[in-house]
Amino acid sequence: MKNNILIIGGGPAGLEASAQLQRMGYNVILIEKSPRLGGHLAKWDRLFPDGVPADDVLGGLIKELNGVKYFTDTDIRAINRLEKSYNVRLTNGITVLSDAVLVASGFDLFDAVRKEEYGYGIYDRVITNADLEAWFKTGSDKRIDNPRKIGFVHCVGSRDEKSGCRSCSKVCCATAVKQAIEVKQAFPEAEVFCFYMDLRLFGRHYEDLYLKAQKEYGIRFIRGRVAEVSENIDGTLVVKAEDTVASKPLKATLDLLVLMSGMRPSASGKAVGDLLEMTVEEDGYFAVRSGIAAGQRSPLPGLFLAGAATGPKTLPETLADARAAAVEIDRYLTEIFPDARNYKQLVRERW
Amino acid sequence: MVDFGFGLVPSSRINLDLFDKEKYEELAAMEPDVRVCMACGSCTAVCTAGRLVQTSLREAIEDLKNARPEKALEMLGACQLCGKCSMVCPRGINTRHLILSITKVYSAG
Repeated sequence: MKNNILIIGGGPAGLEASAQLQRMGYNVILIEKSPRLGGHLAKWDRLFPDGVPADDVLGGLIKELNGVKYFTDTDIRAINRLEKSYNVRLTNGITVLSDAVLVASGFDLFDAVRKEEYGYGIYDRVITNADLEAWFKTGSDKRIDNPRKIGFVHCVGSRDEKSGCRSCSKVCCATAVKQAIEVKQAFPEAEVFCFYMDLRLFGRHYEDLYLKAQKEYGIRFIRGRVAEVSENIDGTLVVKAEDTVASKPLKATLDLLVLMSGMRPSASGKAVGDLLEMTVEEDGYFAVRSGIAAGQRSPLPGLFLAGAATGPKTLPETLADARAAAVEIDRYLTEIFPDARNYKQLVRERW
Repeated sequence: MVDFGFGLVPSSRINLDLFDKEKYEELAAMEPDVRVCMACGSCTAVCTAGRLVQTSLREAIEDLKNARPEKALEMLGACQLCGKCSMVCPRGINTRHLILSITKVYSAG
C-alpha cells in the first residue's frame, strides 16, 4: 500500500503529519517553499507556557521524519486533478502523482506596518513580537537598548474588523505574557505594561503564567486598547489608551513598544488554494468539509488540511491536528483505493 | 478678574510617568498580594460600606498603580475592616491586611 502523499508546508503540522504517515507505510513527499524546514517555529526562541526552547521541539520533529523525502525552496507550479489522484508539478522540475494531498500551509504574521497609528516602521523603538523573539535568539537589535519602560500591545491584527482581521489569533495573549516575563528577566529594573482588551489565557498552565507575571515579575496589565503612539524628540514613545477599569484616559512614556502581531492566512497557502480551487471562508482561512466533526477534510476529495491553514492554532493544537489528519488520510486511502473500479461511487458514498 | 466664559479643570488623565515605583515596591515588599489583583470587582460587590459611600478596594489598588495614591487613601477611609472582601477574593488576597498596609505606607507622606 505504498500510496504517494504530498504534504504542502514544512512547518510543525507538515512535519508531524509526514512522520506519522511515513510510519504507516506511505510514501510521503514534503515540500517547503523556504530554504529550511520549521516554519515560524524555526524563528522563535522559547515557547509558552513552560519556556522550552523552540529549537528542541523543532529538532524533535525533524528527527522523527526518519527518511521522509522533502524538498526545500520548492513550490507548486501546477496541479491537475485526475480521476483518483492529483498530478502535481513542482518548481524543482519534479512531478508527483499523489493519491492524497495535505495542505499544511500555516499562517503569516500580520504586517504591523498596516496599523499606522502604532508607528511600526516609523518610530525607531516600536518592534513586533517576532522582532523581540529574534532578539531573544540572537541578542542583536539596536532598537533594544536597555529599556526602562516597556509596553506590549495585544491584538495587533486580531479582533480588528477595520483591518479585515476579525478573529482572535489565540496565541498572542500567552506569547505577550511569556515575552513580558522574558524582557523582565533581561531587564530586571524595567517596568513592563501589557495593554489588553481581554486576556484569553485559556490553555493548560496559561493562567499560572499570568499569575507568575503579576506576582513574581510585577507586570502591569492595563485593560484598554492602545489608540495612539507618538514619538518624543529623544526617541521615547508616548502611548495613549483608556484604562477601561478606571474609566479614565491614560498616557505613558515608554522606551520600547512591542506589537503582538496576530495570525493571518498564509499568502503562499492561498496561491496553492487558488490552483486547487479550494473553498476559503470569509476569514480567509480554508474551509473544512463539514464543520467541527471533520476538521481535517477539505470539501475536495483526497485533499486534507492541518494546522493553521484552517485558522489560528497553538503548537500543541497544530500537532494534534496533524496527527488527526494522518489518521483521516489513512482511512481515506484504505477505504477508497482497494477497489479502483468503484472509486467514483465510493467517493460519493464515503466523502 | 475678566470672565472669559469658561474655567480650567485639572487633567483627569492617568499619567503613568508620575507613578512612584519606590513607594509601590515598598508596599509590595510588605504585601506581595497587591500584585495579584485582577480587578474582578468581587470585593467591591460585597462591600458593606460601599453601598452607602464611594469605596472600593479594587479601585483603590488601581489608583495606586495609576499614580493617584491620594484617591486610594480617600477611598479606603470608609472601610470598616469587616473582612467580607477577603472571603470572596478569588485570588485569596488578605484584603484587610492589604488595606491596613496601603494606609500605613502611603499615609507616611
